[in-house]
Amino acid sequence: MSGGKQVYLDNSAATRLDERVLEAMKPYFFEQYAVATSEFAYSQGIEAGEALSSARETLARALVAAPEEFIFTSGSTESSNMALKGVALALGSKKGKHLIVSKIEDFPVLNSARALEKQGFKVTYLDVDGEGFVHPDKLKEAIKDETMLVSIQHANQEIGTIQDIESIGSICREKGVLFHTDATHSFPRVPPDVKKIPVDLITVAAHTIHGPKGIGGLYVRQGTKVAKWMDGGFQEFDLRAGLENIPGAVGFARAVELATVKETKQIQAMRDRIIDRILAEIPDTTLNGHRWKRLPQNANISFHFIEGESITLHLDMHGFAVSTGSACFSRSLEGSHVIFGIGGDHERAHGSIRFTFGRYNTMEDVDTIVQTLTEVVQELRSISPLARENKK
Amino acid sequence: MKSPYSETVLEHFRHPHNVGAIENADGKAQEGSPACGDMVAVYINVEPKTKVISDIKFESYGCASNIATGSIITELAKGKTLEEARKITWKDAADALGGLPKIKTHCSVLAIEGLRSAIENYEERHGLVKDRKPTTMEEVRSRLKKVMNPMAGLDLVRTNLVGAIEVKNGTVRVVIDLPSDHQFASVIKEEIKEKIEPLWDVKEVVVEFTE
Repeated sequence: MSGGKQVYLDNSAATRLDERVLEAMKPYFFEQYAVATSEFAYSQGIEAGEALSSARETLARALVAAPEEFIFTSGSTESSNMALKGVALALGSKKGKHLIVSKIEDFPVLNSARALEKQGFKVTYLDVDGEGFVHPDKLKEAIKDETMLVSIQHANQEIGTIQDIESIGSICREKGVLFHTDATHSFPRVPPDVKKIPVDLITVAAHTIHGPKGIGGLYVRQGTKVAKWMDGGFQEFDLRAGLENIPGAVGFARAVELATVKETKQIQAMRDRIIDRILAEIPDTTLNGHRWKRLPQNANISFHFIEGESITLHLDMHGFAVSTGSACFSRSLEGSHVIFGIGGDHERAHGSIRFTFGRYNTMEDVDTIVQTLTEVVQELRSISPLARENKK
Repeated sequence: MKSPYSETVLEHFRHPHNVGAIENADGKAQEGSPACGDMVAVYINVEPKTKVISDIKFESYGCASNIATGSIITELAKGKTLEEARKITWKDAADALGGLPKIKTHCSVLAIEGLRSAIENYEERHGLVKDRKPTTMEEVRSRLKKVMNPMAGLDLVRTNLVGAIEVKNGTVRVVIDLPSDHQFASVIKEEIKEKIEPLWDVKEVVVEFTE
C-alpha cells in the first residue's frame, strides 16, 4: 500500500524461482522437449532421458542415496501420500493395519493418515512436548506388532522444530517398522544423510528452495515395499507412472546445487536476529518452537492479545508478506493444530506469526519489519479487550 | 495490494471509529471468545428519557472484518433509540461496509450480538427486562440463525443445514446435515455451542452430524 519495497517473508509457503534455475530448465521446454524414451529410440528422447538421470543423481547425492532410490513426484503432497498410502497398500494386509504419526505433521501426512483410518487402519497420533519434539520413549511405547509405518516429520512447517530423526529411525529399525519423514522444509539445508540415519522414505520438494512448483521427490530405500502409486506406464522404476516432468526435475536439481551451506548460515543469521529483536523489544511475545533446534529459515512468534489476520493485513499494507496460525486466516477457520499440539491455547494460535527467510531477503528486511511490527502490535493492542484486561 | 475486503472495510480497519472503553458505561457487553477467534466489547451510554444512545464505543480482538464491523455498528447505532438500534442486522452492517467475504460474515454477526447484548445489559440494569422464559425449539432455531455457514455467507437455518432440534431437561440436541469430518464441522459446532450455552436453563449442548 505504501508503494515501497515489497518484502517477502513467507518462503516456507513458496519461494521466488532463481533465474539460474530457470536458465537450467529452459532447454527442456524449447529444445529437448521430447519424452524420456528408452535408450533404443531417437536421439532427442535419449537426451531427455539423460537429463532426467543426471537430475536424479544430483538429488540422490544430496541424500547420500543411490539414484534408483529417488522417485520424482509432483511435489511434497504427492510424495507423502505415496509414502503412507503406498506402504499401507503394500504392507497393510501382511504386516498389520497400524501406523503412527505425530500430531503436528503437515496436512499431506495428517490427512493421508485420516484417509487410511476411514479404510480401516488404526492410527496413533503421537503427542509432542511444548517445543514440538516427539519423545523417543513415547514412540517406543506406541509401536505394536501390527505397526507397518511410522511417519514423523524432519522439521515442522510452522514452528520449525527439528526432530531427532536419527533416534526415531533407530527405534523403528530396532522394531522392524518402516520409517517415513517429511523433509519438505529441511531439505537440503538440514541434510538427512540416509547412510547415517535409518530412514526408509523421505519426502522432499523444490518449491521451498527457489526451485519450480509442481516437482518433488520421494526417497525410497532399496527393498522398501511401496505399492505402485499411479497406474499407467513404467516410469520412475515402475513406482509412479506418468510423463516425466523433465524441466521440473532439472530445475529441482539446480535448486539443490544452489542452496549452499554459506547461504544457509546467512539465512540463519536473519532468523536469529528477528527472534532476538522481537523477544527483546516487543512485550508479551512468545517464541514457538525451540530456540536453536529449528529450521534455519524459520521464526514463529505469538503476539499476545491480538489476532494474526489483523497483523498480517497491516503488514501487507506496509509491503510485508508473512503468514499466521490464526483461525481467521485458515481455510477451515480452525486455529493452527501445531500451536495446539505444543500445548498452546486459541489465543496463542491466533496471534502466531511465521516469518520464513529465503535467498532474496537481507538483514535490512529484518530491521524494517521489526520496526513496522512494533507499531502494528501497539496499535492493535490499543483496541483489544484482552490487552486491557491484561493491564489490570 | 490486493485484498478480499472492500475499500470501506479496509478504511474502517485502518482507522476504526469509536474505539476504546467507556468508564462506568450505562450498558456494556462482551461477545465471542478467543476460541471462536474473535471478541467484541461494546459500551453504550443512554439518554434516560429518550432512550437514545448518546455515546458508544467498542473494542476488538479479531480479524479485519471484526474490527471494521465493530467500527461500522457504532456509527449505525449512535444517535438511535434502543429500539431502533436493536433492529440493526448483520446485513445492515455488511451492506454499510460494501459487503464482506462470505467466509467472514460470522464476524459481523458477533459485533451485532455485542450491540444487542449491550442494550440488554442496559435494560437489565435499569429494570426493563421481562420474565425469563424456558428455552424452546423456536428459541434454539432463532439462535441458530445467528450461526453462519461459512460456505454460503448465510446462516445455518437459511442454508438448510439444521436437521432435528431437541430440547429436553436442559439438554439441547442439534443435528447438522454435514459429515463430521467436513472442513467447517468443528468451527460450526463451536459456534453453535457458543450461541446456545448462554441460555439460562441450558446445561448441555450436543451437536451431531449426519455422517
